[in-house]
Amino acid sequence: MPFSLLTTRLGGVFRQLRGRGKLSERDVDEALRQVRLALLEADVNYKVVKEFVAKVRERAVGQEVLSSVTPAQKVVKIVQDELTDLMGRGRAGLSFSPRPPSVFMVVGLHGAGKTTAAAKLAYYLKGRGHHPFLIAADLRRPAAQDQLATLGRQHGFTVWAGPPGFARPDPDSAVAASATLEVVRSGLVEARRLAHDVVIVDTSGRLHVDQDLMEELSRVKGAAGPTEVLLVVDAMTGQDAVNVADAFASRVGIDGVVLTKLDGDARGGAALSVRAVTGKPVKFAGMGEKVEDFEPFSPDRMATRILGMGDLATLVERAEATMDAKKTLELEKKLRRAEFTLEDFLDQLRQVRRMGPVSDILNMLPGAGRVKGLGELEVDDNQFRRLEAIISSMTRQERRDPSIIDGSRRRRIASGSGTTTADVNRLLRQYEEARKLVRRMSRMGKDGRGLGRLLRP
Amino acid sequence: MARGTRRLAEGLTRARAGFGAGIRRVLTRNRPIDASLYEELADTLILGDTGVAVTTSVLDELQTRAGLAGATDAGALRELLVEILSERLGPAEELRLPPAPAAGDGPPGHAQGDAPRTAVVMVVGVNGTGKTTTVARLAHRLLGEGRKPLIVQADTFRAAATEQALVWAQRLGLDLVHHRPGSDPAAVAFDGVRAAVARGRDVVLVDTAGRLHTKTGLVEELRKVRRVLAREVEGAPHETLLVIDGTAGLNSLEQARVFDEALDLTGIVITKMDGTARGGVVIAIREALGVPVKFVGVGERLDDLVPFDAEAYAREMVGSAGA
Ligand SMILES: Nc1nc2c(ncn2[C@@H]2O[C@H](COP(=O)(O)OP(=O)(O)OP(=O)(O)O)[C@@H](O)[C@H]2O)c(=O)[nH]1
Ligand SMILES: [Mg+2]
Repeated sequence: MPFSLLTTRLGGVFRQLRGRGKLSERDVDEALRQVRLALLEADVNYKVVKEFVAKVRERAVGQEVLSSVTPAQKVVKIVQDELTDLMGRGRAGLSFSPRPPSVFMVVGLHGAGKTTAAAKLAYYLKGRGHHPFLIAADLRRPAAQDQLATLGRQHGFTVWAGPPGFARPDPDSAVAASATLEVVRSGLVEARRLAHDVVIVDTSGRLHVDQDLMEELSRVKGAAGPTEVLLVVDAMTGQDAVNVADAFASRVGIDGVVLTKLDGDARGGAALSVRAVTGKPVKFAGMGEKVEDFEPFSPDRMATRILGMGDLATLVERAEATMDAKKTLELEKKLRRAEFTLEDFLDQLRQVRRMGPVSDILNMLPGAGRVKGLGELEVDDNQFRRLEAIISSMTRQERRDPSIIDGSRRRRIASGSGTTTADVNRLLRQYEEARKLVRRMSRMGKDGRGLGRLLRP
Repeated sequence: MARGTRRLAEGLTRARAGFGAGIRRVLTRNRPIDASLYEELADTLILGDTGVAVTTSVLDELQTRAGLAGATDAGALRELLVEILSERLGPAEELRLPPAPAAGDGPPGHAQGDAPRTAVVMVVGVNGTGKTTTVARLAHRLLGEGRKPLIVQADTFRAAATEQALVWAQRLGLDLVHHRPGSDPAAVAFDGVRAAVARGRDVVLVDTAGRLHTKTGLVEELRKVRRVLAREVEGAPHETLLVIDGTAGLNSLEQARVFDEALDLTGIVITKMDGTARGGVVIAIREALGVPVKFVGVGERLDDLVPFDAEAYAREMVGSAGA
């Protein structure tokens, strides 16, 4: 879960504050000291943290806040505001060239996830009616071109790795740089010839302090004439994120940032730092291993997520895009009757899995980060098949009322499904967690706080 | 070792320009020791991804020792800080592999007394940290030591992972054991070990898929690879190395925790230390898990992997090497 550490830490600070009632300047300072530590532990750049805390303090110790009836609320609001500000307000989309093709070029450090991001962006734009053409211009890393070509084959977009008969030169040879430019130029010609409206250029990873390679990148940019240059940044990046972003922004020039690997437990500090340093918005976030796990980044939503307030807006959007309307309606009825069988569980897992990683979805629910054991709901394809096998080895009665499943039934189910009793126990535990979550969702639905919409497509 | 230390120093020069220089500025001034000095030191360590907790405890210790030693100026603090950092990182540790069979011993897998001697190294880590490159460089090192390595590509997950390993294997003049994309990594590992024995190789280097440590399937999958290796060769894997990205922050500690719990790590390789990142998180890893850093990646080439030397590292960090 991105930012989960920060969420937990900030949650603690704010709870303490709220417990206080009236606030003194000292209380605010103590809270801010903890906010500072929380941000540092979340890998937010040290200098960014310093400025952030100073800004919040300036606004928070004013008479208006301290003398208000709900000062803690006000402080939380200020932090939320400033966090949103730090990431840039509102979604920043891609800008397209008035004269197609629009060219997007991804740049960044080694292993940041450029190639995957290029493929994901292509997939994303393809889903929106564009016809992307990819240029694999990373001639340095062994088989980087093959990687992109494979992704292109899998997902149906054209990948250009050089004109027919093009021989990849040794990356350290004198001709390597000009070969890269040749791939880019010939690719652009081909893309125009085939009337593609979008071209995405993948470049090789390089260190921001490598003068020669930064120079080369500027030349690639010159050849590509990109509509936008996107800096790809690993969400796990530490304090160095600002140096990297700053160097790419000033040496090459960037228009936006793509944040990758946000599906892990990265502290996410880079997201906060990079925007602050470059002034360029985070435009997209990679949220998983699959090519479709890629979405526009929304700072205000992320800010509420960080503060443990959930992100219902995104959840509802994803649900609408992926959930089966009829089934959802049925589920809604069942929820009303507080009925939730193992079959429903399996069904829900199936639907939810289509929405993305479970941990990610849970993180969008207000307060869900605090429900223990929810991580257990994360299942991969293999586990999912095992769950199906286990459930189909149960009698109807057992599926309706899992509480009757005792030790000997567990053993029977395990051997019937070719699993172990430990697997069966795990499933029952997961089901129990899901039931709790469902109860919670149904309550929220009644409150009409947005989740009602989720259940009413 | 001398060569290694020099290469490490070279690789870290750029890091030094940022981090080291920061501390040096604080320390070389002939200023008296006061609270603001410590505060600046804390800031600099934190900027090196050392983390708040470790930084605080390092500085507490520094303060105590400075008191005991009667240190009065910033310069004296520098030596103490080098001492503390290198103590915490522990003594240098090389790979611990069963010895290569002497020439004429026959196939290594079944040397006399039928004690199998094939050494097995497993390399793991999250996406993009430098695993494949590290495997190639380890093979290069081992070749230099007169070993006969075999590379096994057990990353059947990422697109073109095999092609990438093939390029390295070709450059090294080695062959590569691999399967089709999507096949069972444990099966590749099995074939790899068998092939090593059959072809008379004495070290097997197993590359694995880069996946986030939070993916449930990953740990299971890697454990299975490990089990297969252990079953095929006594004492294998002899080394399980976690590759972490030097530019990453404190998340690397989480990665180390998860991988260590699942696989019993024997060492850390920290890559991309040729930039401005300082990778201070390795101190936290060493303290929390006791896993030592064994190698440092300082570039993209085959010989850009140098043995870790805590004191050299600490000196570079504090900026006192050759100063
Ligand atoms: N500058 C620098 N680059 C490095 C270093 N180590 C690895 N790299 C680069 O980092 C990139 C990723 O390296 P890989 O070896 O493919 O990483 P990996 O962990 O195998 O990646 P996946 O298998 O995709 O998870 C490549 O471009 C390498 O050349 C290093 O020490 N310094
Ligand atoms: Mg790899």
